[in-house]
Amino acid sequence: MLSKYTGKRRKQAITGLLFILPSLAGVMVFVFFPFLDVLCQSFQGPVLREWRGIENYRILFETSAFRLAAMNTLRFTAVCIPVLVVLSLLLAIVLQNIGTSGRIFKSAFLVPMAVPVASVVLFWRVMFHEKGLLNALLAKLGGISKDWMNTGTAFWILVGSYIWKNLGYDIVLWMAGLMGIPSAIYEAARVDGAGHFQCFLHITLPNLKPMFYTITVLSFLNSFKVFREGYLVAGDYPHESMYLLQHLFNNWFGKLEFDKIASAAVLVVLVITCLILLLKRIWEQEGKHR
Amino acid sequence: MKKKIISICLLLMISALVCYPVLFLLTGSVMGDQELSQELGTALSEGKGYVSWRLLPMTPTLRHYVELLLDSPEFFHMFWNSVKITGGVLIGQLLVGIPAAWGFAKYRFPLKKVLFFLYLILMMMPFQVTMLPSYLTLNRMELIDTQWSVILPAVFSTFPVFILYRFFCSVPEALLEAARIDGAGEKEVFLYIALPMGSSGIIAVFVLGFLEYWNLIEQPLVFLKSKNLWPLSLYLPNIDAGSAGIAFAASMVTLLPAFLVFLWGRDYLEQGIVASAVKE
Repeated sequence: MLSKYTGKRRKQAITGLLFILPSLAGVMVFVFFPFLDVLCQSFQGPVLREWRGIENYRILFETSAFRLAAMNTLRFTAVCIPVLVVLSLLLAIVLQNIGTSGRIFKSAFLVPMAVPVASVVLFWRVMFHEKGLLNALLAKLGGISKDWMNTGTAFWILVGSYIWKNLGYDIVLWMAGLMGIPSAIYEAARVDGAGHFQCFLHITLPNLKPMFYTITVLSFLNSFKVFREGYLVAGDYPHESMYLLQHLFNNWFGKLEFDKIASAAVLVVLVITCLILLLKRIWEQEGKHR
Repeated sequence: MKKKIISICLLLMISALVCYPVLFLLTGSVMGDQELSQELGTALSEGKGYVSWRLLPMTPTLRHYVELLLDSPEFFHMFWNSVKITGGVLIGQLLVGIPAAWGFAKYRFPLKKVLFFLYLILMMMPFQVTMLPSYLTLNRMELIDTQWSVILPAVFSTFPVFILYRFFCSVPEALLEAARIDGAGEKEVFLYIALPMGSSGIIAVFVLGFLEYWNLIEQPLVFLKSKNLWPLSLYLPNIDAGSAGIAFAASMVTLLPAFLVFLWGRDYLEQGIVASAVKE
């Protein structure tokens, strides 16, 4: 394949390949080839590896635990991502408007990224215990206390913890997007008599569109990490409202149900690859506009 | 002006809420035993009423830290495990990732586009997807239940390559050409131009990586069967401290290294986050 490359370009190509070689070798050995193996396994029986076609996938969809976990993950994503994306955009705009003093706040919002999950577990326990701080507060205000972790509210606590952790990350991204809009456009619009809200609607929002797609995809991928909080606080089998795909993978692994992991992993890869292809198309279209 | 004051008040409130858990842990870690059991007693024993909490302790003390640092060899052991895993991963990622990112950013070679797209896809995959493939390989290499099983797959994560690539792309081509005309070989160009000019990217990868791997849960949970190999991030909630004070102090000591790295590198952290999303 190097034959197209002659003389100086050939030397360049070889140098480039040598630079990426260690990384590429590791990626192939640890991820890529084993994944192809897993892809094959997803069509085979667990022990003898006889060909089974899509049988594994059919069984997967009939497993009630898979359906519960997939639905919960879907519900979790559907709730979290819109809330996070909108909230972080609003905060980014406020931060942008107050100018340089916004820097310190931006750092404050990033603090949760630095807090290990293991450390906040203690806070979580004191807060949401049946006799914890949240209930104490509610009792003072005349509300009714709840067992937060062992009812449907567990789901909402997980949502809150995800937003807490990722708010700063998304704010930084939105602010980068806001900075990228040339101020000349705003000035021209003001000369034409546009108000604040009109500027926001007709300049800010359309210009933030590519950033919006990127942030949505990155927020979705980061959402897989809520397993850390969920696991450290509630263990292998938390309340069923927060039993996510990640818990299921982990429990299957414990029971050595590799055929199920294989087919579920292939499904997750399919979903994510589609998302990335979509994102790539948007990036390329943006490139053409500029 | 009035609008600005309202915005600042709002931001103060929200950021205080966001940072409160850290203050909570700090308060608990310096609170005396008696005060702690008074405040939290109802949650620990089956008493009536609710727990309570003060914003600041009445009788601040450093005793829990002293007890933790002097009398808990277990904690030290796990702390050291975390240092080994995080350090191993970061050194490996930089050794492997910097040349790879430089190769992708500045050289043309066959299949480059395909390979880079593969890297992009792999970067986005959650651990649950790579769990089984990695396990099968590590098992064949007989590395399961050693710290290498956590370190090696993480070293070949494609995320740092992607971030560094974004930083290296902004190194001007003309500079490289000038160096080559002056007789610099590819090795010299890499060592004396790429490394210094990509230094903020390298620091960004270090900061992002430190925060990620100091907080590692999924990988050790699956790949390390012996609890004495576990990092602090996984072990901490299991510490049967006997006293709430020690649990608080242990949480604070776990938080501290990540927090220091964050304070030192927050500008680079921001640059790294932006590089993960914005196409130059």
